[in-house]
Amino acid sequence: MEIAIQATGLGKRYGQTRALDGVGLEVRTGTVLGLLGHNGAGKTTTVRILATLLEPDSGSARVAGFDVVREPREVRRRIGLAGQYAAVDELLTGRENLALLGTLLKLGRRRARSRAEELLASFELEQAADRPVRTYSGGMRRRLDLAACLISSPQVLFLDEPTTGLDPASRMALWRMVREQVELGVTVLLTTQYLEEADSLADRIMVFGSGQVLAEGTADELKRKVGQEWLEISLPEGGDATGSALDQAVSALAPVSASAPTVDASSRTVALPVGADRTGTIAASAAALEARGVEVADFALRRPSLDDVFFQLTGEQTPVSTSEEKS
Amino acid sequence: MSTASAPGAPSSLGGALSDTAALTGRHLRHLRRTPEKIIAVALTPVAMVVILGYLFASVVSVGAGEYHDYVMAGVFAQVGLTCVGITGLGVAGDLGKGLIDRFRSLPVARPAVLVSHTAADLVPAMCSMAAVGGVGLLVGWRVERGVLPALGGFALLIAFAYAMLWLGALLGMLMRNAEAINGIGALVLVVFSFLSSSFMPLSGLPAWLRSVAEWNPVSSVAESCRVLWGNAPASTGSSLPVEHPVLVASVTIGAMIAVLVPVCLRLFRTAAAR
Ligand SMILES: Nc1ncnc2c1ncn2[C@@H]1O[C@H](COP(=O)(O)OP(=O)(O)OP(=O)(O)O)[C@@H](O)[C@H]1O
Ligand SMILES: [Mg+2]
Repeated sequence: MEIAIQATGLGKRYGQTRALDGVGLEVRTGTVLGLLGHNGAGKTTTVRILATLLEPDSGSARVAGFDVVREPREVRRRIGLAGQYAAVDELLTGRENLALLGTLLKLGRRRARSRAEELLASFELEQAADRPVRTYSGGMRRRLDLAACLISSPQVLFLDEPTTGLDPASRMALWRMVREQVELGVTVLLTTQYLEEADSLADRIMVFGSGQVLAEGTADELKRKVGQEWLEISLPEGGDATGSALDQAVSALAPVSASAPTVDASSRTVALPVGADRTGTIAASAAALEARGVEVADFALRRPSLDDVFFQLTGEQTPVSTSEEKS
Repeated sequence: MSTASAPGAPSSLGGALSDTAALTGRHLRHLRRTPEKIIAVALTPVAMVVILGYLFASVVSVGAGEYHDYVMAGVFAQVGLTCVGITGLGVAGDLGKGLIDRFRSLPVARPAVLVSHTAADLVPAMCSMAAVGGVGLLVGWRVERGVLPALGGFALLIAFAYAMLWLGALLGMLMRNAEAINGIGALVLVVFSFLSSSFMPLSGLPAWLRSVAEWNPVSSVAESCRVLWGNAPASTGSSLPVEHPVLVASVTIGAMIAVLVPVCLRLFRTAAAR
């Protein structure tokens, strides 16, 4: 399969800040790569280099088969970019914004106009199409911005935090749009702060931290990398004041697994690591709890979420562990 | 995917012209939607004509001839200086809103963005000059020589304004902030118009200051217009800009454009990438 985006050793400094420090990535044609990372991790810098807006200090990149530094014009003919902040002309109407971009892309008057109509319809902007963008809400601007990057039917799409500021309906519409594009064979690189977004849209995910790639893989691979699954057993609230039910549960579960169960007293839950023999551990745990007569409120098999992956890789404390510290 | 399906013709002069035309159309639409901008630009010079033509006329002596004839060329040249702010604000605004990023991510000819900005901004500059000319005629100013020299004077003023629009583009890329651009624009206006023969003959100045003021392009442009329009008295003296104002003005304007345009286009490559 072809590679649509390929970068090796990308480096970029701003004065003392190393915005990017040897970033390499590869995206196969027709797939979605999600970039995750905390604020300032280097996501936007990566996108700007790949979209030919910024020249890297070191390293090289090819997009749609062309070098971003040496053949930027060829790259630009094949990409669509929606930057982190909506870049639309406030004084022009929505329709005029799209028509202008169509003209700049040399689509020809007729095709520019029909493409603008299509996009206005699919982003539900027909009602507002003839109003100056100045009068649009933040989400409407964002939608127009996204429509703008699709005018040319690009082969590669760069979306920098495309759903920030969108309401749930618009977010769903955007996700649908991305999936449609991917079905047409378009390659997408998107950055996001929402782990669930990366989880549901991206074929592969890359976690950034301080200008470096911390991890790369499918959502499942990343989750597996972070840790194994666990059984989470919650006990009913206020059953006993002394907490003896928790102790009972712990001593019942201790022999079931090789590693010891962990307890969170504030939420009255016990977590038990699950090894390769899932069914066996679940059955044995249930049996052990029943034998001791422990009342259970919830009994579930949990696996790490992308949030856990993210927090572990970027070295920040998970919300769970901070709440433990407080209690 | 086949490369043939990619839009945007390969780089060509035709493509560059059509990009420039499309973007100029955008700026002209802006002007139509915010006519108050044109009025704001024209207001100061028009006020200058009235104030100088009436108030100063009784105080300043320019030898033989009327002061209001003398000062008109100066006010026209001052309109050129006000152009610095127009393009400065326009370019900085586009950079700040990320529009320049968008244009740069498209296969748009590189000079098109700045060329269209400066081309469209000639419209408020010329409106401003028309307003100044109109009020000047009311005050009693007349062009004394033929049509061709008169047009020559206006051509020189427009060329000077165009050079100043590029200076504005440079300023806009260097300082992204509207207040800063307005501040520098006001400074340029005051320094260059008062340190020139725009409003007063330079004969009273100490020698060194006088030659600085004589070489100020605003002086040579204003002097040229006085000569071409027959609005005597032009300055007296033996320095090159005083003896050959049209030549010096043309060469200075040409040199400014020849330096500013490539510097701006070069800066545009990296400025937008900040
Ligand atoms: N123009 C600039 N001048 C100086 N430093 C910059 C500039 N642009 C980015 N940086 C720095 O480079 C680093 C990476 O920034 P970048 O915008 O790529 O982060 P990001 O991952 O997109 O963050 P966010 O999630 O906040 O959008 C940051 O430390 C930032 O301060
Ligand atoms: Mg960013």
